Amino acid sequence: MRKSDIFWRFILVNLALLGLVFIHAAANTQDHLSRLKHLGEMVEQLKLTDLCLTTEAPHTRNPSQADWHTPFQTHPLALEHFPSGAVVGPPELLRKSYEKMD
Amino acid sequence: MKRWIEKQRCLLDFTLSSLFRRKGKNIALVLVYTLVVFTLASVMMFTQALKKEAALVLRETPEIVVQKLVAGRHDLIPLSYASRISQIRGVASVKERLWGYYFDPVAGANYTVMVSEDPSLDEGEIMVGQGISRLRQVYKRNILSFRACDGNYLTFKIKGTFEAESELIASDLILISEGDFRRLFGVPGGYATDLTVKVRNRKEIPTIAAKILQTVPDTRPILRDEILRTYDAVFDWRGGIIMAVLAGAILAFIIFAWDRAAGLSAEERREIGILKAIGWETGDVLQMKFWEGLVISLSSFLLGVLLAYWHIHFTSAALFEPVLKGWSVLYPKFKLIPQVDGYQMATLFFLTVMPYTVATIVPSWRAATIDPDSVMRS
Repeated sequence: MRKSDIFWRFILVNLALLGLVFIHAAANTQDHLSRLKHLGEMVEQLKLTDLCLTTEAPHTRNPSQADWHTPFQTHPLALEHFPSGAVVGPPELLRKSYEKMD
Repeated sequence: MKRWIEKQRCLLDFTLSSLFRRKGKNIALVLVYTLVVFTLASVMMFTQALKKEAALVLRETPEIVVQKLVAGRHDLIPLSYASRISQIRGVASVKERLWGYYFDPVAGANYTVMVSEDPSLDEGEIMVGQGISRLRQVYKRNILSFRACDGNYLTFKIKGTFEAESELIASDLILISEGDFRRLFGVPGGYATDLTVKVRNRKEIPTIAAKILQTVPDTRPILRDEILRTYDAVFDWRGGIIMAVLAGAILAFIIFAWDRAAGLSAEERREIGILKAIGWETGDVLQMKFWEGLVISLSSFLLGVLLAYWHIHFTSAALFEPVLKGWSVLYPKFKLIPQVDGYQMATLFFLTVMPYTVATIVPSWRAATIDPDSVMRS
């Protein structure tokens, strides 16, 4: 078999797998949407505000509820929790002052 | 047309033979190239999936959360604030939330403890998340004890655990009755952690937040939109440490690939000289180099993207877990919604395949236009 034929077969197999990736994503989305709907109901019922992604510090567990300077208050030598504290960036509130009152 | 196709096949055959003659170098290049595409595509897929999950789950969060601030720090809020806020026109209801963090020295983990509104949860009973159940090896009807603020231990019977699919929001969550919460943390009656406000007309949320600030100036209202925007910003794939760390690796790869693609070795120059001497035209040499670039970059792109999808959706982003986990002992196990964005794939394709393919052609054109005799002698 010619080398070019082997190469094109390799590319075609990969393209077919890429097509399967799109089909797999589309086929599984519906299941995930019903799971997420259930989670949304739990969030509403329990009045939750954040995702449980990283639990090591208050400002990474509940970034939207954190104090404005919590990153530096865990204990005197703890400047920041790395790397999760670096991935979970500062909340929107820190970057935008609230609506002007006057 | 048939002749042109046959010519291209011959050129591709020759190119593949040429690449196999230097297989050590070229396999190394494909491996590094695949790794770069894999990392970039993994970050893109992971952040897209997390953004989608956050947007769908957190759209049911409270419309406004009101926190009391004392000297810039979050403090307990008096319940009298709730009655003052409920008098603002447009406010449908105000409810208190009692929640906090408990550090468990046995496991070395932080838990989120929250008061349940469910009346069926009696005093002395708790509901725990799957993460806590896994970490402490406790299940339904087991006993768990926590050290209260006065130093005494309080024991709780586990009424049940949250289902596994709720780990993304409740892995570290403990639901507790109000009396137990106040005993555990010493929160006096008449105070709550914060207040949630329900608004009659969603369009009025910013106006009502402004009125809350006027009515109780020592508070901070957090809007639902701000919570959603926080998560949008947190998972923005352009931001964050992953991209910062990747930037160095990508730059190193660009230099490596550019050097490999743009700087022809003496052997390659000689090869071009011989091809020209035996009758190849400049156009043929350029087409051969185009195929060389395409073989390496297209193979790497496809392999990288496929591996990235497998990594994110079949191993639950195992390589990113240490980054998110950090120092935390309790880490949720979750499966993300599969997200493959055609636009992002196209962007990744043009950013990875096209530059390398073009970069291989330019130096070959320079070498192919020089007299073959001087190229072979140099």
